[in-house]
Amino acid sequence: MTADSVTFIFLNAAIVNNFVLAMFLGICPFLGVSAKRDTAWSMGLAVIFVMLVSSICAYGINWMLTRFEIEYLRLICYIAVIASSVQLVEMTMKKYSPTLFRALGIFLPLITTNCAILGVALFQTSREYSFVQSLSFSLGAGVGFTIALMLMASMRQQLELHKVPSISQGAAMTMMLAGLLSLSFMGFAGLGSSHG
Amino acid sequence: MPGLPDTTEKVSLDTFLRGLWEENPVFVMLLGMCPVLAVSNTAINALAMGLASTFVLVASNTLVSLMRHFIPKQVRIATYIIIIATFVTMVDYAIQAISLDLYNALGAFIQLIVVNCMILGRAEAYASKQPLGATIINGVGIGAGFTLALLSLGVVREILGMGSLFGIPLFGDSFQPWVVMILPPGGFFVLGAWLLVFAWVKQYREQRLDQQEVPQHDS
Repeated sequence: MTADSVTFIFLNAAIVNNFVLAMFLGICPFLGVSAKRDTAWSMGLAVIFVMLVSSICAYGINWMLTRFEIEYLRLICYIAVIASSVQLVEMTMKKYSPTLFRALGIFLPLITTNCAILGVALFQTSREYSFVQSLSFSLGAGVGFTIALMLMASMRQQLELHKVPSISQGAAMTMMLAGLLSLSFMGFAGLGSSHG
Repeated sequence: MPGLPDTTEKVSLDTFLRGLWEENPVFVMLLGMCPVLAVSNTAINALAMGLASTFVLVASNTLVSLMRHFIPKQVRIATYIIIIATFVTMVDYAIQAISLDLYNALGAFIQLIVVNCMILGRAEAYASKQPLGATIINGVGIGAGFTLALLSLGVVREILGMGSLFGIPLFGDSFQPWVVMILPPGGFFVLGAWLLVFAWVKQYREQRLDQQEVPQHDS
């Protein structure tokens, strides 16, 4: 596998350089929505979807911006696109799949401030990925996010049944758990390139 | 439709100090965690990130506060994001011009200041309702609290992981660096440890308050 093959990019984004555990993107929803497995799963799916949509849009926008040589507007355009694509996803889902819409509820608007989404758009630009590579990168990032979120939610649900010291309840314990997860994901580091 | 009515608050030293301790964005409110964990591997990175975020926070809060009567309520979030994105682009180019090494070390996280929920949160919860003076002082306070939190992580991680502080070696050659501390897991562990310390201090205080209150109820 070469460094720019589609499979490699997917695996790299999903596992080796996991967006949450190795690159610290999307920590807020990772800590906020990981209390229950069901909600974590819905959140993961929504993030994958928005990531794909905004990645496609970002690719198009970057092509336009480079063509007209106004790259300094990139950040403003990207964030506007992400905010509106979240809105778009919300409206489409409400019309065509009300069940899924209800299941995701408040998590959809929250995705706008998820830095993993903007991270995908920025990284695919700075690494100059082609269209197919961008797609596989954003899909990998979304899958990686879902994996991390599900692992965390499962651990936290198990932990509720156990007795922990009162000062470590809540955020402190969650951080320590995340540290352990991150440590175990370091084991994949040998698989990929350090910068990818 | 004009913005929300002013619920003016008296400007005092407390406006500034609140951001440092009571409403510390990182340790108390758990906002803006991504940059805190990602770029706190050395003290210098942490300081630069803290200052950059503070600048964006204060500048965007100033603008939001000045325009608070003109921004229609329905599109306020979008307006705030565009304002923040403008200042972030400025900071991004400024850091690139000042120090390329620093720019490479911080990577995409400078641009990701845009989605720092701390900044958007302050714009929505404070700057859109308060006059200019209070907003600036509060912004500086919150920014200082954020920088302080970043530094407290960065200093610990750099000392343990590299045996140095601000790039200056602290120990002799015999020091064995604790490499995991500058790697991603170290960020989670050090932040977790700090949160433990704060939770412990809070519990200790509450216990003492309870002990003081009990005799008064009896009498």
